[in-house]
Parts: sequence; C-alpha cells; structure tokens
Amino acid sequence: MAEKEQFISLDAHVAELAGRVHGDGGAGTGMGAPGPLMRLELADQIMRLCQANSLWPMTFGLACCAIEMMAVGMARFDVSRYGAEVFRPSPRQSDLMIVAGTVNKKMAEAVVTLYEQMAYPKWVIAMGNCAISGGPFAVEENYAVVEGVDKLIPVDVYVPGCPPRPEGLIEGILKLQEKIAGSRHPFPQNRHPKRGGLA
Amino acid sequence: MDTAFLPPELLRMLIAALFVVTVVFVNALFMVYAERKIAGHIQRRPGPYEVGWHGILQTLVDGIKLMTKELVIPRDANRMLFRVAPLLAFTPVVMPFLVLPFSENLTIIDMNIGLIFILAMASLNVMAILVAGWSSNNKYGLFGAMRSVAQNIAYEIPILLSLLSVVLITNSFSMRTIVEAQISGLWFCLLQPLAFIIYLIAALAETNRAPFDMPEAESELTAGFHTEYSGMGFGLFFLGEYTNMFIVSSVAVAVFLGGWSGLPLPMDAWTGAFWFLLKVYILMFIMIWVRWTYPRVRFDQLMNLSWKYLIPFALLNLIVTAVIVKL
Repeated sequence: MAEKEQFISLDAHVAELAGRVHGDGGAGTGMGAPGPLMRLELADQIMRLCQANSLWPMTFGLACCAIEMMAVGMARFDVSRYGAEVFRPSPRQSDLMIVAGTVNKKMAEAVVTLYEQMAYPKWVIAMGNCAISGGPFAVEENYAVVEGVDKLIPVDVYVPGCPPRPEGLIEGILKLQEKIAGSRHPFPQNRHPKRGGLA
Repeated sequence: MDTAFLPPELLRMLIAALFVVTVVFVNALFMVYAERKIAGHIQRRPGPYEVGWHGILQTLVDGIKLMTKELVIPRDANRMLFRVAPLLAFTPVVMPFLVLPFSENLTIIDMNIGLIFILAMASLNVMAILVAGWSSNNKYGLFGAMRSVAQNIAYEIPILLSLLSVVLITNSFSMRTIVEAQISGLWFCLLQPLAFIIYLIAALAETNRAPFDMPEAESELTAGFHTEYSGMGFGLFFLGEYTNMFIVSSVAVAVFLGGWSGLPLPMDAWTGAFWFLLKVYILMFIMIWVRWTYPRVRFDQLMNLSWKYLIPFALLNLIVTAVIVKL
C-alpha cells in the first residue's frame, strides 16, 4: 500500500514538473525566449542563421541512445562538420538538449532542471522511442517511465529509432537547423546538389 | 607634422590600441578554428567543414551566436563581481602586447622591465578566475577556481626561475635587449635547453591547457570556474585563454627562440615580424597537439610535477648559470 502511494506521489510530482516549463510560455518551440525590445528584420535573420549553424549540444545522455550520440561526434559520422561537435558540459553554455534515452520519473526532476538552466535561445531533440513516447516501456504495467519527454519540456525535433542510427541524429540536427533558419543548409553552409530525385 | 591635430605620441597610442585589439580578436578567431580542425584531423575526422569553405566561417558564426545568447546571472551570485570577472580575465592578457617585440621597429613600448611587466600581468589572470569562481556561488565554480589558484601559483615559480637564468646572461629585462643578444650570439634554447623545456611545460600549466586543464576538468567539475557563465561572458574567458596562449608562446619565442631573427627578408626591421609570428604559431600548434594527444593528469601528479621536479631543476639551472656567468 505504501509503495502504491509512493508511485502516486511520483506521478503528481511529474505533473507538477510538467507545469513548471509548459506554464512559462515556451510551449512547442525553443524560441519562447523573452522577446527583444526592438526587432530588426535583417539582424534577426543573421542571428537565426548563426544560431542554426552553431548548435552546441549538452553533454547529457540518459540511456543506450547516448552511445549513438557519442558515435555522432566521432570519425565516420562527425557532426563537427556542421559545427555541432562542441559538447558543452555546462547547460548555461549549450543551445541544444539531446534527450538521449529513457526518462524515468525519478530522472524527470533533473531533466527539467537542466532544461531550465539552459540560456535562451534553447532547443530540444527527443532522440529514440523512449524519449518520444516511452517506447517499449509504454505498457499498462508501466509505473516508472515518463511516456514521452514532451510531457515535461517542449520538444522541437523527434528522431525515432531504437536507437536511431547516427545518421538519424544528424538528420535531426539538420531538421532543427531548417526549423530555426527556414531552409535546409542555411546560408553560410555549403549547398549540396540534390541527388537521385529525392527531396 | 608639428601642427598636426593629434600629437604624434597620442596617435601612436591610438594605432597601438587598434593594432592590439585587432591581433587579439583575429588570433582568437583563427586559433579556435585551427584547434577544432587539428583536433578533427588528429581523430581522423574532417572537423568543421560545411559552414563556409572548409568550415572557415565556423568560429565567426559561433561568435555571433554567443553574443545573441541570454546572459544568465544566478540568483545567489554576487552580481557585480560576476559581471566584472570576464573583463578582469580579458584585460590583463591584452596588456603584455605593449612590450612584445614583434620586430625591430614593431614594438609598441620598449620598457626596461618588459619581462617583469608580462609576468605581473600574467599573474593577474589567476585573480580573475578566482573572482569568477567565487562570485558565481556554485560549488563546481569554486572548486575550479581553487584548483586554478593552487596550480598557477605552483607553476609561476618555475616560469620565473627559467626566465631568470636567461636574464642572468643578458643582464636586462628589456625584451629588445634579450632578442638582440640572441641575434649576435646563440639562441637561448641552445644555451639554456633545460630552462626552455621547463618553461614550455610550465607555460602549458599556466594557460590551463590540457593535460593540465584541472580548473575546467569536464569529467569532475562540469565546466570549472566558468560553469555559470553563458553567452559572451563565457566567450570572453575563451578569448582570454587563446590570447594567453599567444602571450606565453611569444615570450618563449622572444626569450628562447631568437625573436624576429630568421632568414633575411627585404625591409628587415619591419618584416621580421613574419619570423616572429611563424615561430609563435608553431609553438601554439605544438600546444594544441599536446592537448589532443595526452589525457589529463591527476591533481596530485600536477602538484608533484611542479614542486618536486620543475622547481628544483629550475633552481639548479639558475645556480649553474650564475656560477658560469660569474667565472
């Protein structure tokens, strides 16, 4: 009986955590930053292009997806080609939170705290099925796993897979760049010829 | 030019200030790019590649992004000190540019205490790190700052001792005199090889670079003393670090590697700067190479290295030099 109550209080805690972030107007996008006093169209655009081309992720992994995330930084896949290899250990200096793995109800607190500690503008990628929807843990008997990190914090890009291949994560980062700057391979980035009728 | 609007001395100061700021920023932009590119190639990957031709615009883009990021000041931080610390870290590393002898004519001021001036300014850097770690009211920040103070105090002694043994030979602290002594004689890295090696090792530690980057050891201290800094506050620490690298390499070149001397070029008094900068960047390349090759040392190993090996050997070297000079 006591155990049951503990689970219930954990659920309430998760709900409270979810309210913390979703309540402050940042829902849905990473751009819920406190707006500037003045908007200059050109400066804004340059800002976005720069932000898109330098997404520094946080050194933060929760489960097996984190291994694939590490592979993304190494030879063969090398996310540094797009300037995103600067894994900052401090949330204050990072732009991108890659939720790589299963979010437990106990871990939820830490995830939300880390998200709140990041400086605006900030973005979130949910990597892998666990982070998207609870994956294999989304069953009736589940008592410990948050079914989807988007219940806690706003997510910008979902990368499905169990775990996703490193190319998948790179594609996720490219998608995020597209979301920030409005076009695939935003300006200073080299444009690659479209091949084989894809796109 | 007597009736000029600006007195020549003031004009000279303005040009010098502009020159110094340009060198600092261009150097940092170039070095961050070089570091990421070299790190990439050491790990068999291309490094920044897609942003601009071979990723050449990457650091520029990063810089603009850092400026657009929110500046977070933690609630419990000491607001004033927290704001001042990055400036404190950045300003003293710019000052030594005043006395660096780039070439015979390209020296801003030739002070007769040049070397001491540089060392004094380099020690100020520690204070900035301590202020940063202390004011951010963060346990990792404080640990990082404390480590940095212990490390920098330990490694300033071998730096001073190794440079002193050169000063004993030249009888002068003026950077120009030291360089000219090498042009007429041997380079001091050949006369004083032990002092040169000790200086190089201690310089790595003094700039908080790997394998001696204890103040910001990621696996133990999050980001060390700049854990709480976001945006350009962190950017200024970064700028300071790369400028500091430039300064210690320049001192090594001026004191041990013959300063501006090299193969003769036209207009030698000005273009000697080419050889000076070439040597500086070769030394900086070696610093990057070391960083991406060796793992971080433990803190007790770091302290032992300085107090048990570098300082006794530097002292021995100083005594032997003193005796030989006296004879």
